Amino acid sequence: MEILLTGGRLVDPANGIDGPCDLRIVDGLVAEVGEGLAARGATVREVPAGTIVCPGLIDMHVHLREPGQEHKETIASGVAAAVAGGFTAVACMPNTEPVNDHAGITQLIVARAQEAGLARVYPIGAVSRGSKGELLAELGELKAAGCVAVSDDGRPVATALLMRRALEYASVFGMPVIDHCEDPTLKGDGVAHEGFHASRLGLRGLPAAAEEIMVERDIVLAGLTGGAVHIAHMSARGSLRAVRAGKARGIRVTAEVTPHHFALTDERLEGYDTNVKMNPPLREEADRAAMVEGIADGSVDVIATDHAPHHYDEKNVEFDRAPFGIVGLETAVPLVLDRLVHPGTITLARAVELLSVNPARILGVAGGSLSAGAPADITILAPDLETTVDPARFRSKSRNTPFGGWRLKGGVAATIVGGVVKYVNPDVVGADALKW
Amino acid sequence: MTATATALAGRHLLGIADLTADEIGLILDTAEAMKEVAERPIKKVPALRGKTVINLFYEPSTRTRTSFEVAEKRLSADTLNIAVATSSVVKGETLIDTVLNLEAMHPDMIVLRHASSGAGHLLSKVCRARIINAGDGMHEHPTQALLDAFTIRERKGRLAGLKVAIIGDLLHSRVLRSNVLLLSKMGADVWACAPPTLIPRGLERLGAHVTTSVDEAVRGADVVMMLRIQLERMEGNFFPSLREYFNVFGMTPERVALAREDAIIMHPGPMNRGVEIASEVADGPRSVILDQVTNGVAVRMAVLYLLAGGGDGD
Repeated sequence: MEILLTGGRLVDPANGIDGPCDLRIVDGLVAEVGEGLAARGATVREVPAGTIVCPGLIDMHVHLREPGQEHKETIASGVAAAVAGGFTAVACMPNTEPVNDHAGITQLIVARAQEAGLARVYPIGAVSRGSKGELLAELGELKAAGCVAVSDDGRPVATALLMRRALEYASVFGMPVIDHCEDPTLKGDGVAHEGFHASRLGLRGLPAAAEEIMVERDIVLAGLTGGAVHIAHMSARGSLRAVRAGKARGIRVTAEVTPHHFALTDERLEGYDTNVKMNPPLREEADRAAMVEGIADGSVDVIATDHAPHHYDEKNVEFDRAPFGIVGLETAVPLVLDRLVHPGTITLARAVELLSVNPARILGVAGGSLSAGAPADITILAPDLETTVDPARFRSKSRNTPFGGWRLKGGVAATIVGGVVKYVNPDVVGADALKW
Repeated sequence: MTATATALAGRHLLGIADLTADEIGLILDTAEAMKEVAERPIKKVPALRGKTVINLFYEPSTRTRTSFEVAEKRLSADTLNIAVATSSVVKGETLIDTVLNLEAMHPDMIVLRHASSGAGHLLSKVCRARIINAGDGMHEHPTQALLDAFTIRERKGRLAGLKVAIIGDLLHSRVLRSNVLLLSKMGADVWACAPPTLIPRGLERLGAHVTTSVDEAVRGADVVMMLRIQLERMEGNFFPSLREYFNVFGMTPERVALAREDAIIMHPGPMNRGVEIASEVADGPRSVILDQVTNGVAVRMAVLYLLAGGGDGD
């Protein structure tokens, strides 16, 4: 099967391309990229007017909930949400039931993802057995089974010593340690960012310092060990300061920010909507602005969603009893385009770096560029599409989003994985031509 | 312009935050009329005859629950009390399900006390019955602030321009939040004082001066309001001991002497004598602590009456 995609603007920052360009796909791989390519027997498909062809987006922080919490999400529903959101690959966190601390669980996830046959799924293994923070999991076995990184996400790597060992040991397998940074003693039983709004509403506070302290610890330990640490869902301006300083010292530290942390602040707590309860919490404007600045200036490496599906019943309770987390796969692209690209804060090329190039590099997985020979994992963006977020249309099993009803400019036209079209957005005029 | 008698009809009372100064004035004025009922030989009026009020208390409470119940009975409402220990909460039913089941019996009002901040907001989205917040977590306790304001007004004739010092566990206190909102709306000069460990972030933005000096808070005050120190706070290292708390932050006769000569002493109860307040102060001539309890009934009668639509056609 040979396809020639024509008429698009190709944005491939890894190869320094941003302009009109055709792309030939042969047997699921990118065969050739260039202007005015001849059909030579290939099926020619014209991309919809005004769309952008870019390397497939990779969400390196999602919770697919399988095994164990299939009432929230399954691997099948999660990857359906992924491709509908423009993601050709996701990396899933190990806080399933049981925890993905064993090759057998990793294999189950890989097998289920293959059955679903939509987005690629890269499992992230646990740092410690049961994510209990005591004994290292068998990281070599996890790697061999398909894990691309390790994390005790949902909680921090418990002690400085365990973090040190994990950074040292994981480096043998080329895996970064992804840390959910939060000092548990400072976190206490907090439920919302410690600030004016939490005070007014009588919600127990989660101070930004709880995150910042752990980020500082991890960077110091990455410096000590030479290991690679990746800061998950960074939200506090002090954390960004630490990451910048760490990078300046040549320490192997990278960081991600979620769309909700660049789009929302703790003002949204008013009214006690449990869909603004997540951890780390929505912080104050100075933090939000700092995250945007870090995204723009390169201090932030990745935009990842921390897609955290929860069942309606679980969220339809008192604020302090509701679980932390919101879904993100199907709103990330509109939020990035509307809030960051259209206002001119970042270029489309920078958006592609944050959503594709850098996650692929950090995880050491295929993708992130459309070089000849690379898998044909392609996202076609429709930056001018007017979208209204409608949770009823989500492919995810869960609807826990604070963005319902938001009108955003920008969306996804189509998602192609391994040369196969996995999603076409019916709202994009001309996108039907992409079905093959 | 003053609020009309129908301004509150059919509304929930979730917090002072939702009330205007005029509406607060209306409640306080109405409470004056209600207070007169308690002085009659037959302490009952038919205002809420045929109305059903459920007192749903998820936290232990003697004062507030009794006060609401007395208020409801004096207005001739049919009342029933549900306490957490005997409810189906222990069977794992959610708050919403419990209340929807109660609502199926067509109550007119639900008085809710709950340990979670915002519990009333949650129910107000699913209930037809009016919700009266009788204390939600660390958020608000609006009828307490209203009865405090009523008591101050009764003694001082006004709220505007008074210096009110509120001293104690500010961080965990719903009484603090409701009082700061109410008193600042009514033009009082509110001073909040606690050790720094017990001061919520951004309290100034709610409308209070914040200090860690009891002397500064009390000096020249017209009203000194003490808040309860929960004994378990020591375990959180909010302060080292009850003894030290009393020595540094407790209300003693010496500290009261810094206030105006005609200052009144208040406490929402329950008191810890010898912790936040010395018995000489609590039982002294300036104390209006039991007046607060008396006035609580009148203020709650006013709230129930106004939310039920009392005053229609006036």
